[in-house]
Amino acid sequence: MTAPAIELVDVHKNFGATKIIRGVSLSVPTGERHAVIGPNGAGKSTLFNLISGRLTPSSGAVRLNGEDITGLPPYEINRRGLCRSFQVTNIFPRLSVWENVRCAVLWSLGYKYAFWRGIDALADVRERTETILKAIDLIDRRRVQAGVLAYAEQRALEIGITVAGGAKIILLDEPSAGMSAAEAARAVALIRKVSEGRTLIMIEHDMDVVFDLADRISVLVYGEIIASDLPAKIKQDSAVQTAYLGTAA
Amino acid sequence: MSDALSDAAKLPARGALYPTGVPVALRLAVPWIALAVLFAVLPAIFASGTSLTMLSLMGIMIVFALSYNMLLGETGLLSFGHAVYYGLGGFLTVHVMNAVIADRLPVPLPLLPLVGALGGLFFGIVFGSVSTRRAGTAFAMISLGLGELVASSSLILRGFFGGEEGVSTNRTKLLHVFGLNFGPQIEVYYLIAAWCLLCMLAMYALRCTPFGRMCNAVRENPERVQFVGYNPGMVRFIAFSLAGLFAGVAGALAAINFELVNSSAVGAEQSGLVLLAAYIGGTGNFLGPVIGAILVTWLEGMLSDVTEVWQLYFGLLFIGVVMFAPQGIAGLLMMHEPLWHAGAYRSMLRLALTYLLALVPGLGLIAGLILVIEMTYHISVKASEGPTVSVFHVALNTVSVAPWAAAAVLIAGGFVLFRLTWPLVGAAWHDASLRAHSAGRGK
Repeated sequence: MTAPAIELVDVHKNFGATKIIRGVSLSVPTGERHAVIGPNGAGKSTLFNLISGRLTPSSGAVRLNGEDITGLPPYEINRRGLCRSFQVTNIFPRLSVWENVRCAVLWSLGYKYAFWRGIDALADVRERTETILKAIDLIDRRRVQAGVLAYAEQRALEIGITVAGGAKIILLDEPSAGMSAAEAARAVALIRKVSEGRTLIMIEHDMDVVFDLADRISVLVYGEIIASDLPAKIKQDSAVQTAYLGTAA
Repeated sequence: MSDALSDAAKLPARGALYPTGVPVALRLAVPWIALAVLFAVLPAIFASGTSLTMLSLMGIMIVFALSYNMLLGETGLLSFGHAVYYGLGGFLTVHVMNAVIADRLPVPLPLLPLVGALGGLFFGIVFGSVSTRRAGTAFAMISLGLGELVASSSLILRGFFGGEEGVSTNRTKLLHVFGLNFGPQIEVYYLIAAWCLLCMLAMYALRCTPFGRMCNAVRENPERVQFVGYNPGMVRFIAFSLAGLFAGVAGALAAINFELVNSSAVGAEQSGLVLLAAYIGGTGNFLGPVIGAILVTWLEGMLSDVTEVWQLYFGLLFIGVVMFAPQGIAGLLMMHEPLWHAGAYRSMLRLALTYLLALVPGLGLIAGLILVIEMTYHISVKASEGPTVSVFHVALNTVSVAPWAAAAVLIAGGFVLFRLTWPLVGAAWHDASLRAHSAGRGK
């Protein structure tokens, strides 16, 4: 049996005396679309930071395809095939849209720190960048400075940068936050497209998006996962209803 | 900003400027060939000895300022100690030159900048491995500390740094090739020009590589860089080492030019000068530091002949640029590029007229300030030489009321008129950018 794409074993994270993550164990098999939901301040983004290397767990282990990645820096984890997006848009604001995506494809195509070859002559880089820009529907905006894009466009670029390296495991932190219903629907279609054949873990507040996309849902409350199950089961779970969805749901 | 845009615009053929069918390689080569021709003919235009010396110094400063901008402009690293690599490259070069002369080794002078390059690279790697682990303020402080460290050791390690008088050499004693002995300044100028062109080309090419682009990404958002597979510390380290290499070339060229290197070459003043040159010229554009290097070298040469308080004017210029044109001179020029691109020539002409209109009172204001500065300096420092001071070739009596009143009128009148004419510039600018925008839409 193959190792799960992501496995957390009793992960804790304290900031000083404050316990943010209190013993999370989670296993996401390869190819699953997994949603993490929970009230504000539950520690969802912290959990993502722990998986992606932005933060180091206080205790516990994080495994990627069976390999222990606990404490590795983000770029080492990214090179092993995990990418992530950010809740607050985290792009290269004064570079063009084209440059934003191109920066994100370089490492995965093996160009590393090459300072001896011209970047414009690299056909594979150009093609991959074009493909990504078409997928996120920003090909016509490629010359625009990323910082002046409209909000929904920046969110699309955020996802584009995330998936440009072709990583097999994708973490998306509230990809549809702050979007109108129509924009959110487009975002869902985009996420469905880019996560095809890959493992997806997604933090999301919009329940329509969650139940639309997720194969399985984990509910994080006060740093603990109180339930992890199929969407239909989560809807009926009484603990989840009192803790999060509210009695009306 | 405009750089990023124009590069992205390469995706579809840009055309327009060149007839289609011209090979890309040739298109890219045209500006460089033009620059080489310019370098070749400059001594014919500025033939005097002083001009030739100044042109040589400009070439050295261009290399130095561009190497500095690999840090500040490209990678977002503010260094207060870049002269370390310039100076150490220069010291290594004179020592190797003297060894070559002593042992009669068959090494011609034009290859000596390679010694500076290797020296700059070596110390860039050594000091860079310490300082580039951090960015921002920590990096700036470490660079300042390293600069002080090297500057103070230059007074301790007399064998290498030659104490107060420095280390001298004789550039004519090396192996002569093609009958060149590099005694005359013109031969040294062409040596510097050739290396300057080579370094400019190399540093320009570096920007157009995967590494060069990631430098920009690290400048913009070092955190996100980590999540696309790159170690921003490694990007900074490579940039720092390569910047050291080119600074070392500049230092070697200076050593060849002066036939002397002393401890001031590694000092804080030299580090400050290159920062000023890059910043005044503009760090956001490849040509910015080139413009800055030319201007700063010229000011240093000309102003110091005209006035003894030239450093004060230098400081005022820097403050003016930081306050009113943080993008530098190149940034000011590039602001007009969208207008030019959109073909809004008539609007640009109107804009130019309003510039002239505002320039006249602006110059009056500046002239008044210069009068006050020069007369104040004269009565406070040089009163023993009598009350008369010559400013703009006009003899002024500093103890009479008239010149002070004239200065006051120039300052007050210039200020008021400038405040009145400046809104015209704003209006013309607004109008021009509107036209350019609508023209861009129409395409």
